[in-house]
Amino acid sequence: MMLSAELLALDLPNRNQPPLSFVMNPGEIWGILGPNGVGKTTLLHTLANLRNKRSGEILLNGQNLLDCQRLFIAQNMGVLFQEHQDGFPATVLETVLLGRFPHNTSSWHKDSEEDIALATLALKQLELEALASRPLSQLSGGERQRTAIAALLFQAPKVWLVDEPSNHLDLHHQVAVMKMLSQQALQNKLVVMTLHDVNLATKWCSHVMLLYPDRPALMGKTEQLLTVENLEPLYQQRLAQGKINDQLVFLPSV
Amino acid sequence: MNIKLSHNSILLLMLLLAIVVVVFSLSQGSVALTVSEVALALQSEGTYLAQTLIWELRVPRVMAAFATGALLSLAGALMQILLRNPLADPYVLGISGGASVMVLGAILLGLSGVLLSGAAFIGAVISTLLVFGLSQRTGQTTPIRLLLTGVVIAAGWGACITLMLAVAPPQKIPGMLFWLMGDLSYAHTPWLAWVTLLAAMGVIMPFAKSLNVLSRGPLQAAALGVNVTLVERLVFVLASLMTAVAVTTAGSVGFVGLVVPHMMRLILGNDQRVILPAAALAGGCLVTFADTIARTVIAPEQLPVGVMTALLGVPTFLFLLRKGRM
Repeated sequence: MMLSAELLALDLPNRNQPPLSFVMNPGEIWGILGPNGVGKTTLLHTLANLRNKRSGEILLNGQNLLDCQRLFIAQNMGVLFQEHQDGFPATVLETVLLGRFPHNTSSWHKDSEEDIALATLALKQLELEALASRPLSQLSGGERQRTAIAALLFQAPKVWLVDEPSNHLDLHHQVAVMKMLSQQALQNKLVVMTLHDVNLATKWCSHVMLLYPDRPALMGKTEQLLTVENLEPLYQQRLAQGKINDQLVFLPSV
Repeated sequence: MNIKLSHNSILLLMLLLAIVVVVFSLSQGSVALTVSEVALALQSEGTYLAQTLIWELRVPRVMAAFATGALLSLAGALMQILLRNPLADPYVLGISGGASVMVLGAILLGLSGVLLSGAAFIGAVISTLLVFGLSQRTGQTTPIRLLLTGVVIAAGWGACITLMLAVAPPQKIPGMLFWLMGDLSYAHTPWLAWVTLLAAMGVIMPFAKSLNVLSRGPLQAAALGVNVTLVERLVFVLASLMTAVAVTTAGSVGFVGLVVPHMMRLILGNDQRVILPAAALAGGCLVTFADTIARTVIAPEQLPVGVMTALLGVPTFLFLLRKGRM
């Protein structure tokens, strides 16, 4: 599914940002980069129609997002939140099973063998199968993050909007999650993620969007945009660049 | 849940338990009846005395007790999800406070009977509208605003109640206190309560799965396709209506709406598809049983049923809390 925006202005408190226009295609992995408070999360939430925009249009496969039913959006678009809201006590498996809700909302639908098998598969992919019956409250930050990602995997959206997927994750699980997301892109899904780690973007993203607080955003192919000249004004930070194993690496130079 | 009894078998077991409690309650009273006498009387056979006892005294009261418990417990379960707060109960939004003030006022004016029920219902509705109206800002109500508005309004009603008790003539005070603690001896007809209960179940059960999603937080629920505003409004209206009817039937029976849903969650997990009917059945059983004890233990004197629900519920709840997964 294609996600596009025309002159989209986000509803950011006390700020006017130049409007955004873009087209994101299936199979692409977009990294949204920018300093704290620039509106990365707001952009993701606006794209999922969880927040009102100030002006402009968002189109999901050419259809105006405002004309789409909440449920239709959820069947096609999944969101990973940066903050996990605390609800009532629930186990890892129960939480993951809720991911399937958009595809079957009936109260009388029982989770079938197939659902359970698919949910278990999602747990396995996030290396959570040993924790399936644990309550969320007993999990570490990284384990909760993986639970949320597993629920999203089980939701199986065509458009993935993920807010800082690497949050709380150790290096091994960062790589595992990024690999899983790029597999999704290979299966012709669209992945849009906000990131703080530039080096994850250079490694995994096909496209990036650089959100500046004071000037128009830059969008395009990762290898063209991720340069010291673009990144230093983005973060207001001197950077050094180098190559390790043929991979471009940026580090703050202090 | 580790032990996987199917939802249906759990609910079937609870239904059987409810029948046992109801039959037990029917058999107890000033004249003790055996189970077979109760069964005969229910089929309009057996002695005239037994038939009159069962049909004219005990059935209305037991049915009213059961429906009150079920309504309060279901309303509590819904309020806890709506406010995303485990401490929420049907009275948290000041509903019983409003009802109490009106009823105490009516008692002071010398009214009785059906007029008291009418006063209770009007008070509950006024309080609900007041809380909902005041908690709105720019058309939006957040759970925390709703909760705080309700708590403050309830505190205001509390002050009015204390004031009325302070100025009331001494001979009226026992009746007022009984009403405040919940009292089924004035329960005239269980029909209103049963119709409300069944209608509410019928409306909310199709949304049970949406409530499961909503209990993970409103943003997450919206992202999973739940129409959060619609479901929250529906839950608010239903829970308020059920509470108003329960208070109208039996006064403010405390404790049931807070504790029974939690008991069910501790035992059965947090799937609203089981929790809602299970809480209704368990709440009905608790109040029926408590009322049976309240009207028999020091017969012919009666105790307020609210005292018995608390005395039975507190130790059970604490036991489950130590064992459970909260």
